[in-house]
Amino acid sequence: MNTDLVLLAVFMGLATYPMRAIPLLVPGVERLPQRATAYLRLVAPAVLAALAAVNVMVALDANRVPSFHVGVEWLAVLVCGALVAARRSLLLGLLLAAGLVALLRATSVAALP
Amino acid sequence: MAIRPAPAASDAAVLQASRRRLVSDGLGIIASAGGFGLVYGLAARAAGFSPIEASAMSVIVFAGASQFAAVGYVLGGFSWIGVILLTGFINARHFLYAASLAPYLTDRPWPIRAVMAHLLTDEAFALSTAHFRRIGRADLKGYWWAAIGTTFIPWNIATIVGVVVGGSIPEPGRLGLDVIFPAAMAGLAVGLVTGRRELVAALVGAVSAVAVSLAWDPAAGILVGGLLGPLVGLALPGPPVAHRHPDDPMPLGRQIGALVEAALEPVDRDAPPSAGRNADR
Repeated sequence: MNTDLVLLAVFMGLATYPMRAIPLLVPGVERLPQRATAYLRLVAPAVLAALAAVNVMVALDANRVPSFHVGVEWLAVLVCGALVAARRSLLLGLLLAAGLVALLRATSVAALP
Repeated sequence: MAIRPAPAASDAAVLQASRRRLVSDGLGIIASAGGFGLVYGLAARAAGFSPIEASAMSVIVFAGASQFAAVGYVLGGFSWIGVILLTGFINARHFLYAASLAPYLTDRPWPIRAVMAHLLTDEAFALSTAHFRRIGRADLKGYWWAAIGTTFIPWNIATIVGVVVGGSIPEPGRLGLDVIFPAAMAGLAVGLVTGRRELVAALVGAVSAVAVSLAWDPAAGILVGGLLGPLVGLALPGPPVAHRHPDDPMPLGRQIGALVEAALEPVDRDAPPSAGRNADR
C-alpha cells in the first residue's frame, strides 16, 4: 500500500499546528487589555457567519475560481438560523434544513450540488 | 484579561444544562463531519490516495478544507511546497479561533492546551465557544466532546469508509448533508448574537468574507471576515444590547425588535465592552 503522501500529511500538519497552538501556548493571554479581550469575543460570531456565508454563496470550479452562488442552500441556512433564534435548538434547525434540502432535491425543485 | 470560573452558586446546574445543549447541538455536527468525511474519503480514493494516506491526512492535518484542497492539488501535480504553503494559508483562521479561546484556558496545563490545539477545528470552536460563554468559563469535558466526539471520530471513521468502500455509498448531497455545515455555523453564530456589537460583527464578517472570497479566495475571505467583523463591531459604542444568557429563549421578533431598538437609542461610550451574565470574568 502506498504511503508516500503520509510525509506530505506530516508537513501539512506542521503548517497547520502553529496556527492552532501559538495563541493557546504563548504566555501572556491573561494580561491582554480589555479592548483586546472584547475584540476576541466578537471573533466567534464574525467568523462563524463568514464560514456560513462563504459556504453557501461562493462556489469554486475545478480550478478553484470563485463565483457567486444562489441556491436552496441559502434557504437551509436561513431556516436553521431562524429556528435557533426562535427555539434555541440547533439540532432541530439542522434536521429541518437538511430535510428541506433533501426534499427539494428529491422532487427536482433544486439541483444537486 | 483571563476569564475566570463563575461563582459556585448554581454553577453545577448551569454546567449540566449547558452540557446537555452541547450534546444536542453536537449531534448535528456529527452528521456534518460524517458526511464531509465520507466525501473527502471518496475524493481521496478517486485521486489515488491509499487508505493509509487518506487517514494520515485526517488524523495529522485534521482540517477539512485544506484536505479537500490537497486532494485537488496532488491530483493537479502541485509541488509539495505549494501544497504546504496553501495549507497554512487555508488554515490561518484557526489562529483566530485559538486566540478567542485562549483567555478561557490560561489556567490549564500546557500539555492539555497543546492537545486541544491539534483538535481545534471550525466545529470544535463553534460548539465549545458557545458552551464556554454559557457557563462563563472553560470546560474540558465539553471541549473533548466538541472536538473529539462530534468531529475527530466521525471525520476519521467516515474518511476510512469513504476511501475503502468507495462508490457504493449514496451521495451525501441527496440527503442534504452538504448544507449541515453552513447551517450549523449560521445557527451557532445566531446563538452568539447577544447584542448590537455581535450582530454587526457577524454581518460585516459575512459580507466582507463573501466579497473577498469572490475577489480572491474563500480562505482569505473567511480570514478577512473574522478579522474585520470584530473590528467594526468593536467600533460601535456601548455594551451589548441584550444582557441575557444564550440559553434564555427569546422569540425572533422580540430579538430583532430589541436589537433595532438598541441600535436607535443613545448609549454610554465609556461602558465596559462586556457586561452581564456573559461578561468576561
